[in-house]
Amino acid sequence: MGFTAKAQVYKAAIQETVLGAGEKALTLGGARTQPLCAFDEAWKNAPAVGVEVSDIPFETAGLPALAAWYEGCGSFGDRVKKAAEMEGAKFICLHFEGADPGGENKSVEEIVALAKEAAAATDLPLVIAGCKNVEKDQALFSAVSDALPDRNPLFLSAREEDYKTIGAACAMANGHKVGAESAVDINLAKQLNVLMTQLGVPAAGIVMNLGSAAAGYGFEYVASTMDRVKAAALEQNDTMLQMPVITPVALETWSVKESIMSEADMPEWGSQEERAIEMEIVTASACLTSGSDAVILRHPESVKTIAAMIAALA
Amino acid sequence: MALKGLDIFKLSPKTNCKDCGCPTCMAFSMKVARGAMTLDKCPHMSPESLAKLSSATEPPMKTISIGEHKLGGETVMLRHEKTLVNRNLYGAFLCANMPDEEIDKRIAESMAVDYERIGERMIVEVLYVNAPAEQSPERCAEVAKKAAETGRDLVIEAADEERAKAALASAGAAAKVLAGANAANWEVFNALATAKKLVLGVKAANLSEAHDIIEKLEAAGNKNLIVDVTGGSIKEAFANAMQLRRAALKDGDRSFGYPSIVNTARLARGDRHMQAALASLFTLRYGSIVVLDSMSYAEALPLYGLRQNIFTDPQKPMKVEPGVYPLNGADENSPCCVTVDFALTYFVVSGELERSGVPINMFITDAGGYSVLTSWAAGKFSAGSIEKFFKDFDIDSKYKNKTLILPGKVAVLKGELEARLPGWNIVVGTTEAIQLVRFLRDFKS
Repeated sequence: MGFTAKAQVYKAAIQETVLGAGEKALTLGGARTQPLCAFDEAWKNAPAVGVEVSDIPFETAGLPALAAWYEGCGSFGDRVKKAAEMEGAKFICLHFEGADPGGENKSVEEIVALAKEAAAATDLPLVIAGCKNVEKDQALFSAVSDALPDRNPLFLSAREEDYKTIGAACAMANGHKVGAESAVDINLAKQLNVLMTQLGVPAAGIVMNLGSAAAGYGFEYVASTMDRVKAAALEQNDTMLQMPVITPVALETWSVKESIMSEADMPEWGSQEERAIEMEIVTASACLTSGSDAVILRHPESVKTIAAMIAALA
Repeated sequence: MALKGLDIFKLSPKTNCKDCGCPTCMAFSMKVARGAMTLDKCPHMSPESLAKLSSATEPPMKTISIGEHKLGGETVMLRHEKTLVNRNLYGAFLCANMPDEEIDKRIAESMAVDYERIGERMIVEVLYVNAPAEQSPERCAEVAKKAAETGRDLVIEAADEERAKAALASAGAAAKVLAGANAANWEVFNALATAKKLVLGVKAANLSEAHDIIEKLEAAGNKNLIVDVTGGSIKEAFANAMQLRRAALKDGDRSFGYPSIVNTARLARGDRHMQAALASLFTLRYGSIVVLDSMSYAEALPLYGLRQNIFTDPQKPMKVEPGVYPLNGADENSPCCVTVDFALTYFVVSGELERSGVPINMFITDAGGYSVLTSWAAGKFSAGSIEKFFKDFDIDSKYKNKTLILPGKVAVLKGELEARLPGWNIVVGTTEAIQLVRFLRDFKS
């Protein structure tokens, strides 16, 4: 008697949020199906892949392909331009690690100059990631938001400690987008979205960063949190959990043992670069399968592969 | 779908004979409905009632054994709804069309992957041998024999009866699945698989055709099946895997209550990176045997880690073995630090400690597998438990550097620890693992 598949399409949808401006503007969200299930209903917007560029050039020892990609890039702007050329790249994540007061401690003015340089180098949407220092990120995000009024960037991330400043300065004053960062917990994620909207940030200006982990490093929490968030958004029409999800995969996977141990130290593991790429790819694929609407990656091979997988599923 | 107690009661003998151990037939029926008892405990059920009930009280997805491994048996779509029961298996793809060097290379690479992670041995569990029509039965047998020599479980996909027989004969006991049963050959393949007690793999042009074949096989009495959902494209494979599982668990379609095979090697067509991306996708979404070209460490490390994470019971924390873990070449003269046996804590903390490059002895105490604050609140991580650890592992006499770094979140234990561990310098460390690198470098200087 055969089998007729039933399309599983929900009445509720993931909220649509626009990043960037102009021709290259990118819309995240919009799906009414379970993650990646384009066979149930065609996507309004495909999940997107972005490229991480740090103000501190990446350590490329043991990573010849990554080194070759950025070879000859003298300035931050050069690297941003080169990153934007990666096959499948839909946005650029400017990661200002150098602002960390415990590290290079670049001043807010220096960071603003770098952000402007990057904005001039590419017309792709920009995602601004800070240095994880609450005080510094607040000052930095406000200043960068003021410096790029027309680029509609997304700021990663506003947390419980600093959502007021960042929400007010970036989203309410300039109409930019804010990533609400919570630590792999559905209740914390919802609470932060509620607080931000109560503050006056429009829901459409919020993207969720639910937290991430490299594959093997507690990824079950990431997967189950995303599974539950998507179920609440679609099945229960919970508007405070319908924001699209962005996951900075590269920020997790490039610091785990599998990616940083040199081949000399671990000969049986083989090429360090292959390990780092596969760790990034496997984690990114798992994030998208669980419900990420956008992932941030570092290596051109990972960007190409994940973009191709998304295209093949569309 | 699950039957209600009353539905079962209607078909029960209603004699209240107590032979099942329950006071009444109603009580028995309620227990069966809950899954607490099985129907066969009642000796008086009429055959008609049994036939009606047994199909309805069967679990929605059958558990299929592949050697020592179990597949299927899932009751929920996602792990947070209860738990996933049986982890998927990974396999390497060998085809009689390939030159011998390629086959040898794939076997060698896949067999080299063999390591332990949190108490679990990580290997390629399955070799998938394809015996296509272009190759002679002798050639197919030769490849199957090579695969069988590894000692791993084999899935043998054959184009026809002759090749199936040849490959199965040379594979011997290593053969666990006969794949490739389709609309044309299902009767012959069914006979072969049943005779050798193998799992039969159904491979059809689409899910509808697969359903028809499975219905026929079930009517012939074979419920030891697995379904190849690979299809012709990545999108089709994903749709098939999702729909098969949805039909089984959400719609109660028993004919689709079987595990699946996904051959990412056929979908990725030689692109190793795409293959890893797909293997990750199908690890999360319903591939039971996920086949790759071959498995190298680059793929194994993230994939096996992912699988180990996903197939954990959300109600039971993942634990590592308590003990001393010397890092960065630490010895008795290196400082020591202490934390809990929650696997996530272990991975995050040891990762940061390794990144610091500072030799340090990491003490993992038995804290019931909970995180630092949770186990402290539960009284499982305390000055007393750390003192007990010191006694159990004879720490005081073994280590000359009497510095013990305590997680910043339990700084409150410092005073009591100093009293319980005389001679030890108790240092309060950081509250977050991410701060450890700088802390240790500063601490050293």
